[in-house]
Amino acid sequence: MKKFVSLLLALMLVIACVGCGGKNESVPAEEAVANEQSDEGTQDAAEPEAGANEETEAAADEETTAPETEADADTATDDVKSEGVMTYEEYVAAELDTEVVVETYVQAKQSWWEDKATVYSQDKDGGYFLYNMACSEEDYEKLAVGTKIKVTGYKAEWSGEVEIIDATFEIEEGSYVAEAEDVTAILGADELIDHQNKFVAFKGMTVEASQDADGNDVAFLYNWDGSGQDGDDLYFNVSLDGSTYTFTVESYLCDNTTDVYKAVKELNIGDQIDMEGFLYWYEGVNPHITSVIVK
Amino acid sequence: MMKAGKRILSLVLLVVSMTAGPLALTGCHGSKGLGAFHMPEEFGLSGNYEITFWAKNDTNKTQTAIYEQAIVDFEKLYPNITVNLRLYTDYGKIYNDVITNITTNTTPNVCITYPDHIATYLSGTNLVVPLDSLFDDEKYGLGGSEVRFAAPSAEEIIPQFLEECLIDGHYYALPYMRSSEACYINKTYVEALGYTLPDVLTWDFVWEVSEAAMAKDAEDNFLINGQKVLIPFIYKSTDNMMIQMLKQKNAGYSTADGELLLFQDDTKELLYTIAEHGKSGAFSTFKISSYPANFLNTGQCLFAIDSTAGATWMGTNAPLSDISEDKVVEFETEVMTIPQFDPQHPQMISQGPSVCIFNKEDPQEVLASWLFTQYLLSNDVQIAYARTEGYVPVTSKAQESAEYQDYLSRCGENNTDYYDVKIKATELLLNHIDHTFVTPVFNGSASLRDAAGQLIENTVKSVRRKQEVNDAYMDKLYEDTISLYRLDQLNSASSPSSGKRDLGELPKTSVILLSSLATAWALILTYVVVCRVKRRNM
Repeated sequence: MKKFVSLLLALMLVIACVGCGGKNESVPAEEAVANEQSDEGTQDAAEPEAGANEETEAAADEETTAPETEADADTATDDVKSEGVMTYEEYVAAELDTEVVVETYVQAKQSWWEDKATVYSQDKDGGYFLYNMACSEEDYEKLAVGTKIKVTGYKAEWSGEVEIIDATFEIEEGSYVAEAEDVTAILGADELIDHQNKFVAFKGMTVEASQDADGNDVAFLYNWDGSGQDGDDLYFNVSLDGSTYTFTVESYLCDNTTDVYKAVKELNIGDQIDMEGFLYWYEGVNPHITSVIVK
Repeated sequence: MMKAGKRILSLVLLVVSMTAGPLALTGCHGSKGLGAFHMPEEFGLSGNYEITFWAKNDTNKTQTAIYEQAIVDFEKLYPNITVNLRLYTDYGKIYNDVITNITTNTTPNVCITYPDHIATYLSGTNLVVPLDSLFDDEKYGLGGSEVRFAAPSAEEIIPQFLEECLIDGHYYALPYMRSSEACYINKTYVEALGYTLPDVLTWDFVWEVSEAAMAKDAEDNFLINGQKVLIPFIYKSTDNMMIQMLKQKNAGYSTADGELLLFQDDTKELLYTIAEHGKSGAFSTFKISSYPANFLNTGQCLFAIDSTAGATWMGTNAPLSDISEDKVVEFETEVMTIPQFDPQHPQMISQGPSVCIFNKEDPQEVLASWLFTQYLLSNDVQIAYARTEGYVPVTSKAQESAEYQDYLSRCGENNTDYYDVKIKATELLLNHIDHTFVTPVFNGSASLRDAAGQLIENTVKSVRRKQEVNDAYMDKLYEDTISLYRLDQLNSASSPSSGKRDLGELPKTSVILLSSLATAWALILTYVVVCRVKRRNM
């Protein structure tokens, strides 16, 4: 009897295993590539990069690491470029579609997918948006805020946003975390674009009404026209001196678990707020906000 | 000693069985999937069913509202079904999330999708519900006797659109909306350059006018618009561009059973032409520059090719726009079919969302999903959604309805509901349904589509970067693109149900399981041998 039980148990295992050993039904991993289906004329306003290049929600899992500290010490003041590396001034002067080599410091990671990373970076002179830079997941983990990297890629412009694309990078010694530069006074001025991609601050602005899908006045919208839902980008209007601007919480940069996402959802029309974020551009200034403080 | 040995062996077997058994069955659950769906006799009205619907909208709040209204209306008809809506704005994200959720058995119930994507999902057994038996069910099938709304019959679904959902001899989806591509033209500028639009747009015409538009004044402003920026010809979806060019030239792209024909000389020829105009700046792409509509509406583009479902963004009076009003210029917008190589035989792609149903353990839940899927094809939903963009309803029932015909007849009545560019784009597709085509669907066809677009994107980028585009470049481009999309790893016959693949090393859990089994068998055999030897010796 004991033998029988023992054999029965063993047989059960074998049958179970054989069952598993048949045709493998799992979806091939290689098919799970980010797939940008063409089509449907979606004009995903002010989320062009996500729409265009299928960054995915992989980003939502990562911590949003916008700078939290004030000018973080160190090499910022003696940010001497290595041989063959452009200064920010030279980078600005470089023509579009030319190769650029810069040394810069990670300020925030926006997303990683399929060995491509999108990163906000900055040196002491200016900001660089590194779009879909070749980056292994392992290296992505190393890109802590402040990390110095040497980036080689091509200068490009997409709807007014100047960026480095098709880039590779290597990590170097050094660290710099930029202080948010207050650009409130130059909002609406031509010189604002000189600060594109920098970590900046806006102070004393007033939350203005947006209209939701039903025509109601609300303090923020999911997606630019209210067509989205929780987890999508947040859009909200803020004014200063009679001019109104649209700011965004980019959901890849700051997903719905972040403080800034929650804070914007709590805003009321008329609130006075201070904000920090990155000076992104999409057919005009479109800051990607990383923190909001209601006064 | 013998007793102790037995106990140890029994214990070993027991432990192995208790740990490895469930492990094996769990593994089976993941790898083997669910059993095939069998249609229940009746839909259970006593149970409550909660289903998830992953939908795609074009960042359009009206479309969101239509989905929400459809759910409310459906739930009134079926109070025991709750539909949870999750919205996406692009197919790629839906696809990625489905793939991710397959591994955790948390796929949605109903999902907007593309047939290319379904082909990948079909790699999992019984993951996607074949709809053949559901179509024909007397009670709950299309227009069935027990369906609580006016569902279309199978005959009322436009046959071409339905055929697009046929994969390996089975229907795995229902079409939801259909669109194609259109060329949105700044007719004012074309005529200012001394050209007259032909009856059928040709590639030669578009290239010629685009190059003519590149003339500048002494201050480096383009003569045609007086601005520093002009990209005369912009294409939104370069995968479609390549696919349609090849089709029009009767050149190879892929066969129905998954043979890849894209990487051949006809493709190279097309790329050389594209390179020439990319180099001059007369042509660019959405990925490289931005949305065609943004350039068109600011007078910085003459030919903008985008989906007919993007029509509400096109033109001076477009109801949707990302451009500040002060940047929009006045011009007359013409909507035409995409350029053709053979104007006598125009060919254009058919695209647009379809709906598939994922299998679940409870067939009643699947039936609830099916009922909701059918509801998406009811006139109320079809007509309302089609009106939001240059979409075409997928049923003749909706297309021929008085309500829809009235909508079409009011073209240009205002710049919102009856925006002329939108309705012209819709009419364009309605008039050319017989000229539409789709590409073969197989496991890997989604990657091939991406590769087709990537060839154009890389070529244009390269010439903009002043790299030489020659035969050596093309060879390298082909090689890199094949590698990037792992097209060399596809089976020669890549139908969804075909072949096995190299799945790499066994997972650790499998190794542990198999090792345990081997150990158990070794112990059993040892025990049997020892017993027999002992018996003989007794």
